[in-house]
Amino acid sequence: MSATRIAIVGAGPAGAFAAGQLQRHGNWAEIDLIERLPTPWGLLRAGVAPDHGEIKRLDETFDRTVFRRGCRFFGNVAVGTDVSHADLMRRYHAVVYAVGAQTDRSLGIPGEDLAGSLPATAFVGWYNGHPDFRDLQPDLSARTAVIIGNGNVAADVARILTRDVDELARTDVADHALEALRESRVERVIVLGRRGPAQAAFTNAELRELGRMAGVAVVVDPAEAELDPVSSEWLAEEGTFTARRNVERLREYAAAPRDPSARRTIELRFLRSSVALRGDARVEAIEVVTNALHRDERGTLRARPVSEETETIECGLVLRSVGYRAVPLPDVPFDDRSYVLPNDRGRVLDLDTGAPVRGVYAVGWIKRGPTGILGTNKRDAAETVRSLVEDLRAGRLNEPEIDGGVHDLLAGRDDVVTVGGWRVIDAGEVAAGAAAGRPRVKLADREALLRAAAG
Amino acid sequence: MTYVIAGSCVKDDACVEVCPVDCIHPRPEDPDFETAEQLYIDPAECIDCDACVEACPVDAIYPDFDVPEKDRDSVDLNALFFTERAVA
Repeated sequence: MSATRIAIVGAGPAGAFAAGQLQRHGNWAEIDLIERLPTPWGLLRAGVAPDHGEIKRLDETFDRTVFRRGCRFFGNVAVGTDVSHADLMRRYHAVVYAVGAQTDRSLGIPGEDLAGSLPATAFVGWYNGHPDFRDLQPDLSARTAVIIGNGNVAADVARILTRDVDELARTDVADHALEALRESRVERVIVLGRRGPAQAAFTNAELRELGRMAGVAVVVDPAEAELDPVSSEWLAEEGTFTARRNVERLREYAAAPRDPSARRTIELRFLRSSVALRGDARVEAIEVVTNALHRDERGTLRARPVSEETETIECGLVLRSVGYRAVPLPDVPFDDRSYVLPNDRGRVLDLDTGAPVRGVYAVGWIKRGPTGILGTNKRDAAETVRSLVEDLRAGRLNEPEIDGGVHDLLAGRDDVVTVGGWRVIDAGEVAAGAAAGRPRVKLADREALLRAAAG
Repeated sequence: MTYVIAGSCVKDDACVEVCPVDCIHPRPEDPDFETAEQLYIDPAECIDCDACVEACPVDAIYPDFDVPEKDRDSVDLNALFFTERAVA
């Protein structure tokens, strides 16, 4: 009998953990990792902030558990356009979707699409050298930038906007971003949280780090650092270890004397919702309202405006960081309320019958929604792989008509990146970095990546 | 001495798997696992065996005397996690 062939669509952390977990079950499968970008590891490369280089070491683990164990890589191949779902189903016993959440949630407020208003995810892709955002050209000419949302993406973006450029120059930040940040006039970054300090979505580590940057002052209004009765009760009853430490840290920031030598400030503001962006051709100001927290009939903590009175903050850049959102895949069931592939422990379900679609699986953000951190995908992948292996043993996988992987579909294309091609890109980037005292110098242009891979 | 997990932890649970005295929490099966931003080492239980240091894919684990300056707070944070858990 020929080997069990498995296609994993998307080579980000979820796909990589899934490939690694499949390998742990033995050498019974041929695994093909199909990725629309020329490079693997998804948000580990294009999402994790450049000043968090230590986390990027996970790429060594991925390389060891995925490529060195024999998985193949088909980079620069987009499922849905270059290759269809049906193409894969004719060739693989199982197709595992690990495509993540590729777009951002919108705020639904007037002016959201004005020039100068960008999804934080695009800005992150830009400074991380994601080829799709190479030409974003965020306008850094105004003194004030506003970030809407207060999770770790907001914290990353606030750091990149304020951190000393010479420090950034020692990281793998994209060269085009480094040049633009050198010319940046941004001095004041305002981060708006819809709810209070107790509900801030920062981790302790991210919140602490904001206060540790040379030349940057973190500003918190002492009145906003104090908890209202609803939040105090919530923190006592439902607050996490992280939430309790965050509240302490925010009080520390509020009580700290203002550092007169700081050249840039990060102002963390709470209980604020943006209601409109204003400007003629581009963003000139943002209007915000003040919220109060209450518990709704189901006990969920919600923010609602205390009045219609708005505050106007002049700014030239607005970065919206209110979450990622998945996009549907052609011919694959999609739950358009939860923005995930409907699934039971990773088995993708038919929308009408609720029964598993033979041989189709999901892992990572497209399975559970855009939550959790890198390692969360490991357990997530373990669950999906358990389902897949159970189905294999029960004879419930797909039965492909064609014996062989996607090769025949890609015949004649000379721009598909293999493991070998990726190794050439990787070695070239690392060598360029070594020469410049940096971990790597990224190629941020799709054509340049493809040229490098082709040798 | 004890080992300490710094803020760069990505919650890959390789350390939990290799810890011989089960002193790294929360474990994947614990109710507070999903909400925890990182894993923590119980200084009262850690036997300084070094197994977790080898297992960590992002090198986030240090001996307490050797935690980098930017992560110094992690020493207290690891201990505090278990103190608070004990009273919860």
